[in-house]
Amino acid sequence: MDMKSMREYVCWLYYQYLLITGIYVLEPWEKSIFNTVLCTMVAMVIYTSYVFVPIHVRLALEFFSELVRGQPESTVALMNSP
Amino acid sequence: MTESEGNKNEDCHAANGVKPGRNGMVKNHHHHHQYQKQEKVYHAACNGELYSRPFIESFEETPMLVAVLTYMGYGILTIFGYLRDFMREWKIEKCHIAREREEQKDFVPLYQDFENFYTRNLYMRIRDSWNRPICSVPGATFDLAERSSNDYNWTFEYTGRVVKDVINLGSYNYLGFAENTGACATAAGEVTVKLGVGVASTRQEMGNLDRHEELEKLAASFLGVESAMAFGMGFATNSMNIPAIAGKGCLILSDELNHASLVLGARLSGSTIRVFKHNNMQSLEKLLRDAIVHGQPRTHRPWKKILILVEGIYSMEGSIIRLPEVIALKKKYKAYLYLDEAHSIGALGPNGRGVVEYFGLDPKDVDVMMGTFTKSFGAAGGYIGGRKDLIDYLRNHSHSAVYATSMSLPVVEQIITSMKCIMGKDGTTIGRSRIQRLAENTVYFRRRLREMGFIIYGNNDSPVVPMMLYMPAKIGAFGREMLKRNIGVVVVGFPATPIIESRARFCISAAHTKEMLDRALDVISEVGDLLQLKYSRHKVLPSLDRPFDETTYEENE
Repeated sequence: MDMKSMREYVCWLYYQYLLITGIYVLEPWEKSIFNTVLCTMVAMVIYTSYVFVPIHVRLALEFFSELVRGQPESTVALMNSP
Repeated sequence: MTESEGNKNEDCHAANGVKPGRNGMVKNHHHHHQYQKQEKVYHAACNGELYSRPFIESFEETPMLVAVLTYMGYGILTIFGYLRDFMREWKIEKCHIAREREEQKDFVPLYQDFENFYTRNLYMRIRDSWNRPICSVPGATFDLAERSSNDYNWTFEYTGRVVKDVINLGSYNYLGFAENTGACATAAGEVTVKLGVGVASTRQEMGNLDRHEELEKLAASFLGVESAMAFGMGFATNSMNIPAIAGKGCLILSDELNHASLVLGARLSGSTIRVFKHNNMQSLEKLLRDAIVHGQPRTHRPWKKILILVEGIYSMEGSIIRLPEVIALKKKYKAYLYLDEAHSIGALGPNGRGVVEYFGLDPKDVDVMMGTFTKSFGAAGGYIGGRKDLIDYLRNHSHSAVYATSMSLPVVEQIITSMKCIMGKDGTTIGRSRIQRLAENTVYFRRRLREMGFIIYGNNDSPVVPMMLYMPAKIGAFGREMLKRNIGVVVVGFPATPIIESRARFCISAAHTKEMLDRALDVISEVGDLLQLKYSRHKVLPSLDRPFDETTYEENE
């Protein structure tokens, strides 16, 4: 029964997606075209984020942590020099 | 709409300002607790005691997310519309709709404007919600001939099945006189047998029967005016009579959301037309002052006459005209008032005499009282009432009186019988009880819909209830889902409404019993949950009157 109500809920979500984007009024082949294009774009976004986001996040963290660590060293150097 | 408004609130005990702006939308800035504090306000204290009862009207603002999603939906459908047009142009797909012939391809294009694009690509896809064929009298319930389409609404076939007892929330049947049994139908039947159906002449030639004269006397006494005249068609009453009373050198001030018949009549008359914002008295006053100060456009001569065109109830918004203020303005600036009571006659007022009685005003203040017999009387045609010299002038100079065939006699008899029933002259209390039931049904239905969380436009007392849908796909989905559950509703989209404000319009009738209304409300709630239509962000919403002065108009600008 849980699977059935889950399936019904997913069907209802799909219905809301059809209504909000306006696809509900289109013929089936037009719906397929739109769904294909949308899924392709979403897949590309997911793939890009999977490949590039960890690298960029790591680089950004390194940059900011170097700023913070670099600060006390440079001020100490300034104070020591006459 | 800033702190100054808060100070004014303390001064005059009125809640925040709600002024309908463009397209009837209002920025509603009041807080819930402020409303609670001022519930026992006596509204007549505002506006110089013009209103004898509270005037509660509200037009909730479109939620931002919903507006964005609606535009997105229309954008997607437009792209697909272009795709289909491309396919039709390159003959990949068969074209079902009208197009220019090959010989005309160098002429000015006929079908390239947005309205035709919209019809081809959006309206046709959901067209099964309109023009549904009915096979019984459209009273509180009706029977529907079912139809199906194999090619996505380009053509329809009848399945042969008849859907019985569909609850009717779309007919303008305010007092329930659209019936085929009862005193009205019997009287109409008798007169058909005695005097026939066709009159075969105009009023001025051989078409003036004694029943017409009696109808006009009865209509005059019903309205409380000196004299009245009846015409065969409501639309023609407006479009043919306004040219007779206004002409070149006159100024017509017409409301933004006036009906097509008023707009057509104003344009045919040849007068200068200026439009004021919907139900906005400051806008009207500004136009009046400008007109009187500056006069006609180039010569600066005074206008021959200034005519204000308003309606009693606006059927797309459900709002009621602010008649006491309009009459005060008209008297101050010496203009004439033309009031179109198509929807409000019979439906408002303790005795059903219309919006003038609803506000407790004198019918002699309104110069031209026009109305139709189509809605509350269950017949067809229109009337104009006013002073005797005006009506005598119209009898000779109106195009409709001179050229149009006079009203058919069964229709005249239906009007006479129903009017006598409403006035109580037939000796029963049916009329009074119907008026009371309509008022109760209206208040109940509106209150329940508001509590459920839908966005409802309009005045609390108007029997026309527009419920907002906004998104284009929901227009078709709502109509179909309601019909599946045996309720017939009217959904409205562009071009009758602004493009993102599509709505479903319910018309309450005195023929609806409480059980029918309860069933309808349960179904509407169910469909509202299914389609996620409960957009309202305030559960209690009514807006109260606000005193106006010079500054309020500038705030609106």
